[in-house]
This record gives sequence, C-alpha cells and structure tokens, in this order.
Amino acid sequence: MVMKKETAKKQNNISAVNWIRGGILAAAAVLLVLGIFQGGHIDVRNKAIRICYECIGIG
Amino acid sequence: MNVSGLDDMKKKRKLVQLLCAVLYNCHITGFADGTIYQGNLKSACVPGLNCYSCPGASFSCPLGSLQSALVSSKYRFPYYILGVLLLFGIFLGRIICGFLCPFGLIQELLYKIPSKKLKKNIWTRRLSCLKYVILVIFVIVIPLVLQMPGFCKFICPAGTLEGGIPLLLKNESLRQMAGWLFRWKTLLLLLILLSTVFLFRSFCRFLCPLGAFYGLFHRFSLFGMRVDKEKCTDCGACIRHCKLDVKKVGDTECIQCGECIESCPTCALSFKSIKK
Repeated sequence: MVMKKETAKKQNNISAVNWIRGGILAAAAVLLVLGIFQGGHIDVRNKAIRICYECIGIG
Repeated sequence: MNVSGLDDMKKKRKLVQLLCAVLYNCHITGFADGTIYQGNLKSACVPGLNCYSCPGASFSCPLGSLQSALVSSKYRFPYYILGVLLLFGIFLGRIICGFLCPFGLIQELLYKIPSKKLKKNIWTRRLSCLKYVILVIFVIVIPLVLQMPGFCKFICPAGTLEGGIPLLLKNESLRQMAGWLFRWKTLLLLLILLSTVFLFRSFCRFLCPLGAFYGLFHRFSLFGMRVDKEKCTDCGACIRHCKLDVKKVGDTECIQCGECIESCPTCALSFKSIKK
C-alpha cells in the first residue's frame, strides 16, 4: 500500500516536471520567434560589434 | 565505468571546453589588430560567459546582451535574449558551466597549479548564495534602474581578461582613457584568478550570475546527470568526491561535469541525454 502511494507520488512528480519543462520550452520558442520578428537579434549584434567600454573597464 | 573510460571522459570534457574556447574566439586577427569582429555571427549568443568585446569573439555574450537589452527595455521588450537564455537553460542547464564555458576552463587550468587547496566547507556553501544576489542586483536591477550594465561594468572578470587587457595593449587611445574603473576591474580579476589556484572554480561558485541563472533549471533541463534511484544507497561518496558545494548530484550547484561518476560504488550515476 505504502509502496503504491510512493510510486504514484513519483509518477505525479515526473508528470509535473514534464509539464513545466514543456511550458518553459514553449515559452522560450515563443519569445525567440517574437524577438526575431521584433529585430532583437539585430540589437544584440549592434551592441556586440562596438567595443563595450563598460565591459573592458573604461566606463 | 572503468578508470580508463573515466580518464577518457575527463579528456573529452577538456577537449570540448578547449574547442568551445577556440570556437567562441576564432577571430584571431582581432588580437593582432586590436579590433573586434563586426560580422553577422554576433547576432547569435554563445551559452557560456565570453565577452563580446574580446578581439577574438565571433559571437555575443548572453549576459552582456541581457543587460544591454534590459537597459533599453523601456523602448523594446527583450524577447530575443530571454528566449535564447531560456532555451539554453531548458536544454543544457549547468552542463554549460561544466563543458561549454571558456572562463570555467581557465579556472580549472589555474587550479592545476600545485598548491595547498581549500576544501568546501560551511563558508563556501554560504558564499555560493552570493551569485544569486549578484544576478538580481547587478544583472537585473542596476540595468533596469540605473540604465547601465552593472555586472559588465563593475565585476565581469571575463571582460577584463578577454576584452580589456588585449584591447588596451593594442590601443594607445584606450590606454589613455583607462582610469579607476579599469584598475578596480583588473584588481578584481587578479584576485579571482589567484583564488582559483586554491579554490576550485571560485568565480563559478560564488560570483557567476550566468551559472546562477542556469542553476534554476536543474530539475527541468533535458541534458545532465542522472541518478539511478534503485542503485543509489545514499552513501554520500559522490558529494564527498565533488569539489563544489553540492548537496546532491544535479542540484543548483552541480556543474554536471560527471567527475562524480567514478566515485559511486554502485554505479548509480550516469549522463543521460534526455533526463527522465
């Protein structure tokens, strides 16, 4: 009886983890697609092709 | 796994780390010219900490890009970089720290210098919480409130080592602009590098906000360490063997390097391609 309860609890945990994992994956994909349509990758590039004075310690 | 198999795996991990460091920084001519790469590859972020102002950097730093996007988030919500970070986190989690971070490799190589090593203890365990404070204050709050990349500006040792020093060596004009901030960052870099000789991956353990972020995905990431609960006897050999402040294999502090596999007497630890 106790064993059955523990197994059921484990199964529920695995199922919850899989749901959260799927949710994060879907959110990441949506954000990425929205970001590309919005031109976020160009913003990233524009920042990265100039010397970042803060990063190198100049200010 | 037998001993030779493990040695083989350790060598493979070092090779992957080295390949990543080279791949992230393959714009070799930048080091000679004192310039940085300006091509389209910089639209993409690498998963590990690697300054995009490094003369060799061919891709962008995820942490620098996040802070930059948060600085300008009043005008444009940072969908892209948040999506990229979530994707890295959910697929790989802190396996990135163990395999794909050049600054982690530098620290591991420095730790090989023969010296007295400081083992993990209650203080290192407490200090490991500091990286979450840095993540919130320097990576999120300061860029949003003060409109400046707080971590890059005041802390990031990768920026000083990979970007600051090589660029200043090659550019007289940049050298003249360097002031107290450069001296502070150089001092911090030296302290961090010195500490890694005695303390295994001290920057990753106590200060790295990128590792803190990826650590949040420890239960959900698709790749990483797997503990076979049926074989595990809770003897704690893996925790004693690990040089990091882990409480159990695969927790927020675990960089998923797989070096604990050899310590398990019941062979309960393995890498799993897709975690169950």
